[in-house]
Amino acid sequence: MPRLKLTALQLLVALVTIVLWHLLTTIPVGGKPLVPPFFFSTPGDVAARVYKWFYEGTIWRHLWITLTEATLAFIIGSAGGVLVGFWFARQPLVADVFDPYVKMANALPRIVLAPIFTLWFGLGILSKVALGVTLVFFIVFFNVYQGVKEVSPTVLANARMLGMSERQLMRHVYWPSALSWMFSSLHTSVGFAVVGAVVGEYLGSAAGLGYLILQAEGTFDIAGVFAGMFVLAVFVIVIDILVTMVERRLLVWRPLAADARP
Amino acid sequence: MSHVATVSTEQPSVSASAVTLADVTVAFRLADRSLFTAVQHASLDIAAGEFVAIVGPTGCGKSTLLNVAAGLIAPAAGTVAIGGHRLDGLNRQAGYLFQSDALFPWKTALDNVAIGLEVGGVSSEEARGRAAQWLARVGLGSFGGRYPHMLSGGQRKRVGLAQVLIRDPQILLMDEPFGPLDAQTRQIMGNLLLDLWSAARKAVIFITHDLEEAIALSDRVVIMSAGPAARIIGDWKVPLPRPRDIAEIKLERGFHELHREIWQSLKAEVIKGYEQTGG
Ligand SMILES: Nc1ncnc2c1ncn2[C@@H]1O[C@H](COP(=O)(O)OP(=O)(O)OP(=O)(O)O)[C@@H](O)[C@H]1O
Ligand SMILES: [Mg+2]
Repeated sequence: MPRLKLTALQLLVALVTIVLWHLLTTIPVGGKPLVPPFFFSTPGDVAARVYKWFYEGTIWRHLWITLTEATLAFIIGSAGGVLVGFWFARQPLVADVFDPYVKMANALPRIVLAPIFTLWFGLGILSKVALGVTLVFFIVFFNVYQGVKEVSPTVLANARMLGMSERQLMRHVYWPSALSWMFSSLHTSVGFAVVGAVVGEYLGSAAGLGYLILQAEGTFDIAGVFAGMFVLAVFVIVIDILVTMVERRLLVWRPLAADARP
Repeated sequence: MSHVATVSTEQPSVSASAVTLADVTVAFRLADRSLFTAVQHASLDIAAGEFVAIVGPTGCGKSTLLNVAAGLIAPAAGTVAIGGHRLDGLNRQAGYLFQSDALFPWKTALDNVAIGLEVGGVSSEEARGRAAQWLARVGLGSFGGRYPHMLSGGQRKRVGLAQVLIRDPQILLMDEPFGPLDAQTRQIMGNLLLDLWSAARKAVIFITHDLEEAIALSDRVVIMSAGPAARIIGDWKVPLPRPRDIAEIKLERGFHELHREIWQSLKAEVIKGYEQTGG
């Protein structure tokens, strides 16, 4: 499908949704709108709220806080995941010993950790970063572990026949392979970093997009809730586009699914 | 070619053995814990500078034997000696061109070739310069920037060939290097290999399915029986004159006689090989 047509259709979906929402919440049928605006707000109100936030500039601080938390969670979680993933993959004994504990920790719903992190790290950004780290870490860890383990035996044998030392194997074989697995999970891990930040804020904080939504909810300010969700969605999409750009650059060597050879 | 001639510093005397397999038996442990004997009592002696082809039915253990010579697999019984010294661990004097894809998928063709020099401490700049020459030599001069997945199977094989040859190994282990090439390219590559080999004589173990190719290229053709427990069942000297041209040598009478003679003993094994894996 041509790109222009596709974009037009995508915009059409948004337009129809907004128009329907508008009609249902504002046009009275028999005295009342079909959908009560108290619970669903109206597109106009939501747009006005978003505009107000940006016009008055109050939103920037919250965006910045959430972005900082997500970024820190991503960096710390990834670094930890890469290190431990490498370590486990190269030391099978360590991996075997820790295996049940890794599985237990990963099976735990991370949200139950939020109160503990709040106790440990307070209401500031640290407790949100910690929550995001527990989410990001395991994704990166499993992928790096897999990446090191799944290096093609032929490629490995070739590297050794070419005279690579253990250190050169790390640099030229294990590392690129692990990175490629990590990058293929980049969307997921970045997404989880944001989830960790927002959920953390939602459960107790003084700033951030999650806090904004929680505040609005506490005062039955539905327009505020929807506006917060909208800003959050756009925020995530922008990050996702950036990730896609990074991914394209870093994984040029990989075949795209479309032209993959059997 | 001048590059090859200058790099090879010493010409080993032709009488010394480059690779000696003595009574080698290789067994694999299968998933159900039973032992599978792939190769049994194989003995093979390859002189320095000698070009030996190994031919045998599919699955008989040719790659396995090559892995033993490379030091990637330790034999269950028997010994491997390289240049008269017992091999323990990897064979550092050998260059190995693998049967399946062995290029680094995250490196461009040029970097794949250059890496062989870089690991030896050659500066990246010089390594890439020489890698570019080698790519040109295998007919891929303008493909240096491509990643392996953007190359055809035959092009990948040629990059692999350059990757191995740039290190100038004294022993060359080649596992069906021209397998995926078309007949024309096969001839060009075969002649190229012979050129390179005659400029700097290396001991070559060359595995192929193609008996004609084996005779055209080599000094000796070794035939393996069908597996399991494959053995070496024949060893023919190829008395054809050198330098050879692959296309032309196939027209000579001596070539045909030898081909018929070897094919007689190979035919039975090929049929046996199919029957054993089929039933
Ligand atoms: N790791 C392994 N575990 C168990 N069996 C193996 C293993 N590697 C090879 N074999 C078996 O050993 C035999 C010889 O295998 P090998 O790869 O050496 O054959 P080949 O002669 O190179 O065949 P082809 O010409 O098809 O490449 C085969 O029957 C194969 O199934
Ligand atoms: Mg094979």
